[in-house]
Amino acid sequence: MAYPYVSDREVRVLSKNFGDPSARRLDTYVERGGYSALKKAFELGPDGVVDVVKASGLRGRGGAGFPTGVKWSFMPKDSNKPHYLLCNADESEPGTFKDRELIRWDPHQLIEGVLIGAYAIRAEHAYIYCRGEFFETTQVLARALEEAYEKGYVGKDIQGSGVDIDITVHLGAGAYICGEETGLMNSLEGQRGQPRIKPPFPAAVGAFGMPSTINNVETLAAIPHIVAHGGEWYRQWGTEKSPGTKLFCVSGHVNKPGNYELPLGFPLMDLIEDVCGGMRDGKALKAVIPGGSSVPILNAAECAACSLDYEGVVEAGSMLGCASVIVMDENTDIVKQVRRMVQFYAHESCGQCTPCREGTAWMTKILQRIEDGRGTEDDLQTLLDMGVQMTGTTICVLSDSAAAPVESSILKFKDEYLALIRRGERVGAA
Amino acid sequence: MADTPNTVSLTIDGHEVTVPKGTTLLEAAKTIGEDVPHYCYHPGLSAPAMCRLCLVEVEGAPKPMPSCVTTAADGQVVHTQSDLALSRRRGVLEFYLVNHPLDCPICDQSGECKLQDYVHQEGRDHGRSREPKRVFGRDDFGGDVLFYGDRCVMCTRCVRFMTEMEQDSRLTVVERGNRSVIDTFFEEGLEGTNWSGNIVDICPVGALVSKDFLHKARAWDLEHTPSICPSCSQGCNISLHTRDNLVQRLKPRENMEVNGWWMCDHGRANYEWMNHGQRLEAPLVRTEDAVRAMGWKEAVGALLDRAETTSGSVKAVVSPFASNEDLAAVRSLVDALGGGSMVYRMARADAEVPMDGFPILARRRDLAPNGRGAEIMGASRVGDDDGVGGLDDVAGHDGVVIVLGDPLVDQDASFGQSASLFAYLGMHGSPATGAADFSLPITNFAEQEGTFTNHEGRVQRFWPGLRGPGAAQPAWFVLGAFQAARSGDPAPRSAADAFAALAASEPALAGMTYDDLGARGAVLNETVSVPGG
Ligand code: SF4
Ligand code: SF4
Repeated sequence: MAYPYVSDREVRVLSKNFGDPSARRLDTYVERGGYSALKKAFELGPDGVVDVVKASGLRGRGGAGFPTGVKWSFMPKDSNKPHYLLCNADESEPGTFKDRELIRWDPHQLIEGVLIGAYAIRAEHAYIYCRGEFFETTQVLARALEEAYEKGYVGKDIQGSGVDIDITVHLGAGAYICGEETGLMNSLEGQRGQPRIKPPFPAAVGAFGMPSTINNVETLAAIPHIVAHGGEWYRQWGTEKSPGTKLFCVSGHVNKPGNYELPLGFPLMDLIEDVCGGMRDGKALKAVIPGGSSVPILNAAECAACSLDYEGVVEAGSMLGCASVIVMDENTDIVKQVRRMVQFYAHESCGQCTPCREGTAWMTKILQRIEDGRGTEDDLQTLLDMGVQMTGTTICVLSDSAAAPVESSILKFKDEYLALIRRGERVGAA
Repeated sequence: MADTPNTVSLTIDGHEVTVPKGTTLLEAAKTIGEDVPHYCYHPGLSAPAMCRLCLVEVEGAPKPMPSCVTTAADGQVVHTQSDLALSRRRGVLEFYLVNHPLDCPICDQSGECKLQDYVHQEGRDHGRSREPKRVFGRDDFGGDVLFYGDRCVMCTRCVRFMTEMEQDSRLTVVERGNRSVIDTFFEEGLEGTNWSGNIVDICPVGALVSKDFLHKARAWDLEHTPSICPSCSQGCNISLHTRDNLVQRLKPRENMEVNGWWMCDHGRANYEWMNHGQRLEAPLVRTEDAVRAMGWKEAVGALLDRAETTSGSVKAVVSPFASNEDLAAVRSLVDALGGGSMVYRMARADAEVPMDGFPILARRRDLAPNGRGAEIMGASRVGDDDGVGGLDDVAGHDGVVIVLGDPLVDQDASFGQSASLFAYLGMHGSPATGAADFSLPITNFAEQEGTFTNHEGRVQRFWPGLRGPGAAQPAWFVLGAFQAARSGDPAPRSAADAFAALAASEPALAGMTYDDLGARGAVLNETVSVPGG
């Protein structure tokens, strides 16, 4: 198989069917051992499943990296309210394209993971909330779900187990902020897609006011493997604190961009040089955004020592986020990149919180002015001050996310800003 | 205060504070006189914690906390004025000004604007934005409401009011990010709503303004006088906003037991009559040959003379717009002249108009403030639901006819012609008052002090916001002087005296004092039912 690019350093657990359309069919999936983990889960019982997942050390793949088993254990055990499992397939972080691939190559892997997750948190209904632009992906998923219903893997009395779990696929309307967990819940309920204040937390008051858990696609896709093989098995990859494999979405100036499944803790430079075939046109590396657009930028020196696990990336000065590695070569205009990202956040801010609503748009205007050669050095201080005012002051972290690349780029690539500003000064003086 | 299971004790800005469990930090801070700046929070609405202006520092919390939704906890140490709290709020205020047009010189809100107040209080001296501002322009929202989008601080109070209080979602936020703007759903906008005027009051800035008040007066030129809305028997607490001896607008005044923070659009719009120009200004007394204008002393003297010689029973027509004190004065006049009947007329709407989000509040069917007071003074309602008719036996009565406040617009010139004495105490004359032997100018409720009794029997005070025209005086004052001259007892010198006399003689009001009523009112001792009310 040659799914766009593959590397022999990959460990293809979740991505083993990438590039193989036959795996979309239920019988192929079952032939290859699919839905056996579900059966095993029913034998373990809900708490048994939670224990296995806890033992595996699996951490949420949506960006925050919170241990999945622990999250599941927050769900009330003795409430008589309905519980909901929400699968977050609103993949919209710039630079991220793993969930789309997981769904469209291996939809049953996700469905099985959703069923096990729902069973573990005692939910009888799960929702898969798909990004508005995922038409084809959602079609694949819906078709697979239909087949799973037909064959009795979803719905009432699954495979004679007495367990009832329904799954609904919901296509969003295309808003980044609906990928924020409480924004997703509002959107699912038919409200304006904007995050809610916490507390209350979803495990207490979530979708439709009921206890809910929300997990990323990649997290749930890993569940069948963990349940089938056990927690220890999963820990053979990765580090003590970041066990398992992870999909890395590499984009930008490398020879072979794409999705690569690697053990956590993999060296960033090996990913670029070896797995991705090195920098495009032999250019020098300037910067990497290791976790999707909302994490701080790493300069080339920081990249050298960076290992790709949750702790390693923090040590290097950024965050692993959803492991969307954006690689930029020496010719990249950092100010333009940052402006483009902040513009994205300004466009996607839900607009509730003043610092986010006004700050993201104002930052965009200032950055654009600097880019156009009409900036001043005072602007940089204003931007840094705004970064402080936009961090930790809002309902969700979109505001923090917009501020992070601005702050980190001014600190690490100040020369590029100054060059634009001074060029502007010269032009103005002439 | 000792700790009980229902209270928590915390420290705010160095002060020990004990508040009921569940109290927010913002409300707790009010108990030490600290009003933390805020826009989206309004005590009458849900709290979305989105404006982020009320951030305070809570020791041990990882971030500054929105005080409007953070509940007070035992042992918490809160700083509303620390460097962190002030700097974050200053940041939020700077963000507001990035797109705000700063058109204070032509904005009706100027002078009572929370953006002006907060920026002066804790904002930066100079804004740093050099960028072109976003422009939304102006929109007619229907009803009395005009929207200036550029001034909006996106607090969504207006949206939430319509959804949660009126429970008729006519407004929403469209778009997102800084393209977010408040808008109506359909062409009719707010047309046909009954409470939407309140969104102008709760809009913290000049984004929602009243068309009626548009560019009429500057906020700092207005006098505010506590009063009671005279447009129905709910008795919403209001303020008369006056300038140049004219009412310029009415605003609701908070009273949680009557109207919360709200009033209806009908009541809000119904004030022009208080500014009525065609008024009786001097006592007019019919003498042998002519009707003569007199001073009060002379007029009361003439009335005393006439009262000595007249005969026959008394029929009085009073107005449900008159104060309890005025009604009581007529009652005792009727009794002093040998007794008789007292009636009043009152328009009555087909149905109540409830405010669904605040169930004790409704525009009541009775479209006058004091029908209840008139009933307590022994008057009975006559006429139809338009407030006319029902006076046939008074019109041709051959005894004494006394009319208080009812301008008799449906009656003709024959009214009172057969009366042995016809005294009219009113604000303006009409063809039917032509036969009056005495036409005595009295003040309306906006020009005098007094009390009304609302539909549930709450006695509430109002204060004078306007000067009465010419020689007009409150009816209790005029009739009090008359009675005092007859009996030799001292005349009431103030509305408080008049109320005290009333409380002493009327069991339903026994024990009430004018001071105790204060600005909030008190409920009657016994329930008096208004027929058909
Ligand atoms: S931080 Fe931004 S995106 Fe998040 S809730 Fe506030 S306004 Fe919306
Ligand atoms: S119009 Fe006024 S009340 Fe409505 S959101 Fe804007 S500032 Fe708030």
